[in-house]
Amino acid sequence: MSSIERKFTLKVPSSTENLALIREFVTTIGNQAGLDESGVTQLELAVDEACANVIEHAYGHDITKEVIVRAIFDSEALRIAVIDEGRGFDPNKTPQDSVEQLIHERKSGGLGIRLIKTLMDEVSYEIVPGQKNELHMIKKIRKE
Amino acid sequence: MANPFAIQASVEDGLSIVAIEGFVDAHTAPQFENAIQQSVDAGRLRIVVNCEKLNYISSAGLGVFMSFIEEVRERGGDIKICGLTPKVKHTFEILGFQDIFEMLDDQQTAIQRFNAR
Repeated sequence: MSSIERKFTLKVPSSTENLALIREFVTTIGNQAGLDESGVTQLELAVDEACANVIEHAYGHDITKEVIVRAIFDSEALRIAVIDEGRGFDPNKTPQDSVEQLIHERKSGGLGIRLIKTLMDEVSYEIVPGQKNELHMIKKIRKE
Repeated sequence: MANPFAIQASVEDGLSIVAIEGFVDAHTAPQFENAIQQSVDAGRLRIVVNCEKLNYISSAGLGVFMSFIEEVRERGGDIKICGLTPKVKHTFEILGFQDIFEMLDDQQTAIQRFNAR
């Protein structure tokens, strides 16, 4: 496979209705990048979680805002950035409670971030609240 | 854009059967939540969620299971999950649902588990 970098960008209104479109976008790119079936499935879920967090929490369901998903891949890895201009949050403050504890407290928050960290090989954040937030995720492309 | 989701609720052998199909994400999870809420409100607390035709679930859908299970158990009921495909089951397992929820192969087995109690 060529090591030429390929870059794609999807920009959609901030509505949960568009999660299906976002999943189709990253699934297509995951396949093109050469991820195996399990890798594509993991990518799909991680990006859905990241974008759902933006739509619900960063933008509070404000459909006039935009969610940007940028994907870049070469022969080594697929790098995804989910970009928004909403309320930033400190990902290190997301709850680390066990699922049992969350159930007991009637909470289900923080599950998305937990899934993202499990599903992707690397996760990092660049956050300037109210200006620009970027969640960066890397999925390595494993050779056969 | 394909975002197929369907839900069917029925009562069988005195149990509430909620069958979810397609994709459960932050957009469709509220419909799933409503179905469980209606069952709980009606006092039907022995609930089987049939996932045979479930293609995908995100944390929004998993959160529905979590938000009801304690109340349902406190009131003497349970939520049992059946028919998960290996791909979807993996998502449940990442968060450790197998330690909290009983997951059965099919609806009949789930019904039998309730009736065996």
